[in-house]
Amino acid sequence: MTSVSATAVSTTRPGTHDDAVVGVVPDEVVRPADAGELVEVMRTAHAGARTVLAAGGRSKLGWAPAPRSVDLLVDTTGLDRVVEHTAGDLVVIAEAGVRLSVLQEQLAAAGQWLALDPPEPGATLGGILSANAAGPRRLRYGTVRDLLIGVTVVLADGTVAHAGGKVVKNVAGYDLGKLYTGAHGTLGVVASTTWRLHPVPAARRVVVLDLADPLAAGPLAIALARSTLTPTAVELRATIGGPASLTVVFEAIAESVTSQADAAVRLLGGGRQDDQLPEHFGERPRATDDLVLRLAFAPASLTAVLGALPAGTEVTASACTGIAHVVLPDPGALPALRAALLPHDGSAVVLSASPALRSALDHWGPLGDAVALMERVKDRFDPDRRLAPGRFVGGI
Amino acid sequence: MTATLDTATAPGDQRARTTALAARLRAAVGEPRVLTDHAQLRTYECDGLANFRVTPAVVVLAECTQHVVDAVRLCSEAGVPFVARGSGTGLSGGALPVSDGVVIVLSRMRSLGPVDADNARVVVEPGVINLWVTRDAAPYNLAYAPDPSSQQVCSIGGNVAENAGGAHCLKYGFTVNHVLGAEVVLPDGSLVHLGGTAPEHPGYDLLGAFIGSEGTLGIATSMTLRLVRVPEAVQTMLVGFSSVDDAAGTVSDIIAAGILPAAIEMMDALAIEAAEAAVHCGYPEGAVAVLVIELDGPQVEVEAQFAQVEQIALARKAFETRIAQDAAERALMWKGRKSAFAAVGRISPAYFVQDGVIPRTQLPEVLREISRMADVVGLRVANVFHAGDGNLHPLVLFDDAVDGQAHAAEELAGDILELCITSGGSITGEHGVGAEKRMKMGKQFTPEDLDTMQLVRCAFDPDGIANPGKVFPTPRMCGERPGPRTGEHPVQAAGLGEVF
Repeated sequence: MTSVSATAVSTTRPGTHDDAVVGVVPDEVVRPADAGELVEVMRTAHAGARTVLAAGGRSKLGWAPAPRSVDLLVDTTGLDRVVEHTAGDLVVIAEAGVRLSVLQEQLAAAGQWLALDPPEPGATLGGILSANAAGPRRLRYGTVRDLLIGVTVVLADGTVAHAGGKVVKNVAGYDLGKLYTGAHGTLGVVASTTWRLHPVPAARRVVVLDLADPLAAGPLAIALARSTLTPTAVELRATIGGPASLTVVFEAIAESVTSQADAAVRLLGGGRQDDQLPEHFGERPRATDDLVLRLAFAPASLTAVLGALPAGTEVTASACTGIAHVVLPDPGALPALRAALLPHDGSAVVLSASPALRSALDHWGPLGDAVALMERVKDRFDPDRRLAPGRFVGGI
Repeated sequence: MTATLDTATAPGDQRARTTALAARLRAAVGEPRVLTDHAQLRTYECDGLANFRVTPAVVVLAECTQHVVDAVRLCSEAGVPFVARGSGTGLSGGALPVSDGVVIVLSRMRSLGPVDADNARVVVEPGVINLWVTRDAAPYNLAYAPDPSSQQVCSIGGNVAENAGGAHCLKYGFTVNHVLGAEVVLPDGSLVHLGGTAPEHPGYDLLGAFIGSEGTLGIATSMTLRLVRVPEAVQTMLVGFSSVDDAAGTVSDIIAAGILPAAIEMMDALAIEAAEAAVHCGYPEGAVAVLVIELDGPQVEVEAQFAQVEQIALARKAFETRIAQDAAERALMWKGRKSAFAAVGRISPAYFVQDGVIPRTQLPEVLREISRMADVVGLRVANVFHAGDGNLHPLVLFDDAVDGQAHAAEELAGDILELCITSGGSITGEHGVGAEKRMKMGKQFTPEDLDTMQLVRCAFDPDGIANPGKVFPTPRMCGERPGPRTGEHPVQAAGLGEVF
């Protein structure tokens, strides 16, 4: 085990307003240079009973509520090694601070990629895992839980714990990678990640259909899902009460994307074809002061969900998967929206909001009957509640 | 109170306690659903791992969620361990009863559907047979992707407990990728709902941790399954090779070409011989290895890639490539593969089946090493496995009438698993750890890794009554809090990997 080095000490500095996590300024910021230093940092923090919050590219810190306290912000971007890429096994091991864009560049040289395309620039693997971020191609490839095959986490007391491995098929022991995914760092700090990879498709063909009414996207999405077409993404961009466009992306061998795009035009009753993705493809709607939400619901309920959104709401949706991102013009409409989502097994989670709004908002919405169990899990992993306190459901 | 402490109880006390529990169970779920007759109990003394047998004290035949809730609550109150059981086809002893414990049988809970075609979902009870889901989904052009070879008899509840795989998980993933929600009876008898029809419910992905936990975190009484669209085209090819190396090389070349088949299965000469004798599948004569390769997807894509796969196989000196012309021929190709385990029983009085995983690129070396290891101890090993995933199923053949052979076979099977670990793989790809391989867990994971898994178990099951003695090498009390360990990790010391 690497002991704490002079480098680690020299990279500790006082927190500033630029380091604030949803308005909370950490006392100190430390940037461990490698995994060994991370362990040392965690042990020292544990010994000093300090609260710890890990951050990578800091592109999604708003996805969780404000922490109750941050004594130490652990900047994981120093853990930036791509440890192992075995092209023949379609597997890569990379540390938590590796930026997705950097990894993709390296994998592309072997004709491969990690099939995750969250749009946040600068995002690191650890942050993507912890926030469970995904993009349009979740339709074909799934999300973190479908692609992560191994993980190494440093627990609150500095214990190093692995789960999974470096083979895709593996059912030995509990699959703790699932538990850490989307946990916003409340169970441990991710040190290293192992992923299943996919070959980069040879060709792309895109069909874009303009819609006069966003709600028309619902039946089209169901028709696409029930067809034999295999799009990698079906994305809706719309303003409720205004115009909308549905983008269907085919990525495969050239013969396949051409014939599938033709078939999609027939199925949709129109649409223009292109080899390029439209501008802003996959971006989530952004707003500095407004309320941005991620909606999740039963996929076939898209029409009903769009119908429940107030006029003027900006929407992007992964139309066949039951995921949408919206800018809600009137935050007061949130409780009604949550109520409207319930029959569709739906939820609305805050991704960004102004500081004034945040303090008044219920970040997660209704939580079901497993919250007590989640608290018991948290209590086992972090009994003193020092990891990102307050950043998760039920005040976890 | 925990199961591990129960051994200290005097036999008379134990009997009295069991009798009292059985009476309470009868009052709660009804007389005919509680078995205590020794002859009847013996039906449940083992699962598919038949060389491990334990007679339980009580069996409860649950017919609804409330029966499971009642049974688990009463077990919890009495401090008596329980084991959930579906069809009992598991190969690692996951449903092996605990002596003096209760077995809760779920195979009467068989409500299935209706299929929600627009959402591609269906809700099922745990006793539903895997293949029934696809049967019911077929009219909607949908299917349930996980297809373990036992799919005609295995239950979804068991699939969820073991995170079952199958031939097609190379492309489609495992049970965990196809179960979106579950109603779970926790080991204290309380009921929780994890996940649902929609994706990404706020909170920890407890469902992801629950699936594959082998009955140690609770009992699922209802599950929401994701269905997949039946592809436009499916093509299956049977390829004969004169050497195992060429077959293994073909697997690597296909993946390297950027092709992701639905399945790539491999059988060696001994497995072919057995399958041929059992089901007359007509595999290429004289083949030292065969691959069954299946591609699915849009017609044009399948056709183009199929031609490419054939070229790759021919370049690796395949002596026969046979393409299934219709569904019947495809079924025959698969019949040979899926019946291979049972078929081996016809050419050997007994065998151990293993379920190790290795990185795909190491297939040729590992297969050569297994063959060498078998020669050294004078035993035969048949290989029939999911080559695309690197998921080996070596069948170690032996004759238990020959003195010492069973022991030698067991040792060889164990050595093969250790070879999988040192190759960077896993001791189980789909069968689970169960009762059989728990002592190997310490070779694959560090003590800290296992302690961390125990944190989850203790959150779900602080009294350790849900399927104790499975998965983990040593039971631990949940009151103990593991501190950080110091010194070199055994895995690291053995040169098996860095801590990171």
